[in-house]
Amino acid sequence: MKPITDPNEMPVENGESRRDFLVKGTKAAAGIGVAALLGNLGTWALSYAADKEPIKIGVLHSLSGTMAISEVSLRDVVLMAVEEINAKGGVLGRKIQPVVVDPASNWDLFAEKAKQLLLVDKVAVVFGCWTSVSRKSVLPVFEKNNGLLFYPVQYEGEECSRNVFYTGAAVNQQAVPAVEYLMSKEGGGHKKFYLLGTDYVYPRTTNKILRAMLLAKKVPAANIMEEYTPFHHQDYQTIVGKIKKFSAGGGAAVISTINGDSNVPFYKEFANQGLRAEDAPIMAFSVAEDELRGMDTTALVGHLAAWNYYQSVDTPQNKQFVANFKAYCKKNNLPDGGKRVTDDPIEAAYFGVHVWKQAVEKAGKADVDAVRKAVYGQKFLAPGGEIKMDEANQHTHKPVLIGEILKDGQFKTVWRSKGLVKPEPWSEYTNPEKGCDWISHQGTYQKKA
Amino acid sequence: MLLGLCSLWSSVGQVWAEESVAAPPPAAVEKALADLSSDDPSVQDAAVLTLIEQDDAGLLPRLEELRGNADRGLRMALKPAIDLLRNKNKLHSPDPNARRSAAADLAAIGKPIVVTWLEDARKAEPDRWVRYTIDESVNLIKLADPDPQVKIAAAAKLGELRSQNAIPLLTELAGETAPEAGGGTGQAEHMLVARAAKEAIEQIESWGSWTSAIETLFRGISLSSVLLLMALGLAIIFGLMGVINMAHGEFMMLGAYATFLTQECFKAYLPIGLFDYYFLLAMPGSFLVAGLFGLFLEATLIRFLYGRPLETLLATWGVSLILIQGARVVFGDLTSVVAPSWLSGGMQAMVGVQLPYNRLFIIALASLCVAGIYLLLFRTGVGLKVRAVMQNRDMSACLSIPTRKVDAYTFAFGTGLAGLAGCALTLIGNVEPGLGQNYIVDSFMVVVTGGVGKLAGTIVASLGIGGLNKLLEPSFGAVYGKVLILVLVILFLQRRPSGLFAIKGRHVES
Repeated sequence: MKPITDPNEMPVENGESRRDFLVKGTKAAAGIGVAALLGNLGTWALSYAADKEPIKIGVLHSLSGTMAISEVSLRDVVLMAVEEINAKGGVLGRKIQPVVVDPASNWDLFAEKAKQLLLVDKVAVVFGCWTSVSRKSVLPVFEKNNGLLFYPVQYEGEECSRNVFYTGAAVNQQAVPAVEYLMSKEGGGHKKFYLLGTDYVYPRTTNKILRAMLLAKKVPAANIMEEYTPFHHQDYQTIVGKIKKFSAGGGAAVISTINGDSNVPFYKEFANQGLRAEDAPIMAFSVAEDELRGMDTTALVGHLAAWNYYQSVDTPQNKQFVANFKAYCKKNNLPDGGKRVTDDPIEAAYFGVHVWKQAVEKAGKADVDAVRKAVYGQKFLAPGGEIKMDEANQHTHKPVLIGEILKDGQFKTVWRSKGLVKPEPWSEYTNPEKGCDWISHQGTYQKKA
Repeated sequence: MLLGLCSLWSSVGQVWAEESVAAPPPAAVEKALADLSSDDPSVQDAAVLTLIEQDDAGLLPRLEELRGNADRGLRMALKPAIDLLRNKNKLHSPDPNARRSAAADLAAIGKPIVVTWLEDARKAEPDRWVRYTIDESVNLIKLADPDPQVKIAAAAKLGELRSQNAIPLLTELAGETAPEAGGGTGQAEHMLVARAAKEAIEQIESWGSWTSAIETLFRGISLSSVLLLMALGLAIIFGLMGVINMAHGEFMMLGAYATFLTQECFKAYLPIGLFDYYFLLAMPGSFLVAGLFGLFLEATLIRFLYGRPLETLLATWGVSLILIQGARVVFGDLTSVVAPSWLSGGMQAMVGVQLPYNRLFIIALASLCVAGIYLLLFRTGVGLKVRAVMQNRDMSACLSIPTRKVDAYTFAFGTGLAGLAGCALTLIGNVEPGLGQNYIVDSFMVVVTGGVGKLAGTIVASLGIGGLNKLLEPSFGAVYGKVLILVLVILFLQRRPSGLFAIKGRHVES
């Protein structure tokens, strides 16, 4: 057996045979030895600041593969938050020690790495995941081992796990208000909707909810189009042609849940076929500042997006946050250094760490069950304004902001919800009978008998 | 053209002059501005109307300023006035696209007052398509006129214009039931309007089915040319040389990054006026970069693996992984290629058909590449040697053809073509390390379906697959369209394992 020098670089197999388990066990034992050694060193080094051992937290974001483009920024901001907290003396007088692993955009690897974090590194909490499929893949691991995951990305809802805190938006905090805005007089009074997405769980579920909502608001079925493309789709000629026909005569809007590298070909084709944001605005739920900085924005200007935070939000704490993030990236020689931007998931990942810290302090210990109870109702002055963790449903109360894309890849806020919007894990349109409550119920429950 | 512009400018001057003569009494404007803050929506509407009717050049900046520190209700009230005035100014912009947008937006706002503005603008309009949009807008507004005669004339005109934008309004008119209060004449006139609307709809829809056929054809050709451009290099490397190059897509990526670098150099070192021409330099540049890297790869890796397809497959796959991660490390994700302005937008070919310039360019480029390859392979001495080596290596060597050199240059040429394809792809997609992965499967599909070793097969196969894809997509959707294409290709290869154009007789590998 090869000697293992770093527990984080353990080779990982996909199978779950008995032999694998034994091998892993031995490797893990070796890993624990090294980790303990490192831990001792760390303690020794930190003994000036605090006498106690550091609290370990896991960071589970893809650092290589297709999702790295988005997820690396989340790792960076989590580490920055940890640095901030440690600089102020840590939590309960203990430093936070991050354990960073790379699940490499591979769903199976996400589960493996989550297991490693919980069982080998024994972390108190994990900050991680981006795609819904990676979250679904680690969910059983967290539930079985009673771990705690902070998930920072907007998602399709229909989930209510007591081992996850969702700091991103549920559908009623992003997609639903965005469409309501488009239908309002202020948003242009749109009457026809083209729901266009990449073919996977988030767009399908979101569009299912939006369709139910539009039908409930008396939009005739003929005025709703729904269409999906495969991942990495590049040829949007036919679809843009259809949108052109659909939007003739005005009153149409495109609701886009297109993901990743398909966005550029779509917006380019849209502009080149002569369609403008005035003819049919594209409202996107997956395009944020971090994606825009790698794009040619000429074709996107004037189109819309819905999020809970923009880098352009004008609050003192956000100015500080943006400056800190840029400085942090520059100081640590991260790619693009001071040119980095912040966006909604980055903000959600950032305040997730702080919410957890506050909860640990309230609970007086880092134990998962105690911290979970302490998170309920926790408030935090996030960069985008104060947010609140729900008292029972694991999600976050956030403001909703509709933004218009500007030439420099930033957003201008054109509409803002009044106050915070309460999260609904189960949509009132598709699952009106279901609720999520971990205080008076056991998670998902049926509303009234 | 110059004359047209001159006359346009003089007319702009006239319009301004007239406005300043008929300057509104300032008191009315002041009153309207005050009324805007009223709680009564009807008072607000009236105020907006006054402002629009009595506009002067200084009003727009004042309104903008007012909006800057207004509450939501006032902003909403101001919006139509500001939109109207802004678009009115844009009607006389020097950019025809801006004039066209303004005309379309004025129709969408739909206030009868804009008809005179549009008709004024039309008189001096040099551009045919701007005139078309102005006509369309004028008649769309007239369609809402209370006078049935005006309605009928507008419907007939819109039918003549084949205006897709008019369909929703016309459908409404055609389906409207007669007003109950109206007497006999009202009834009759109503019938006439409905009939005119129906006729117009028929006219527009029959035109619409024509244009959609033409558009589908164009899209098919466009997709085919993209496929062809990607597959040409592979057709040479895989088809002629028998090397399964899994890194083909990454050579495209190299070409795309070469384009990106050329663009950055132009941005950094050359005056801004020359920026639009970077693409002309990027094309040979990406060909050279990918070709030279191909030469290097051939010399260091591929040459040892000729005739061992499985090893080549694995080795080139490894190379592709190295290249992808290498690009990610070197370039990160701050890479966007801005299409030069002469390749953005589209050409209005006929009513309802706009052909994007980037697509037209790719079609032309693919045709040129095919012509070039044919000339090179079949009309030059080099091409003769290449074909000789591919058909019978030993005999060629006996005839003192340097087979090693020919191999190396053929491989480099193939990868260079991939680089060129990558350069062209920056026009329709984005530049990222995984770019090649999106295209590699399609490239192989085209080459295998066409028949390994036959360029004509590659051309026919790309036309077939591209055309079929665009034919199926409208009715099956993008996901199932793609699935169906794959199924059809598999079925086809079951019947004809060696593809469309099979080589008869002795072959490279035999």
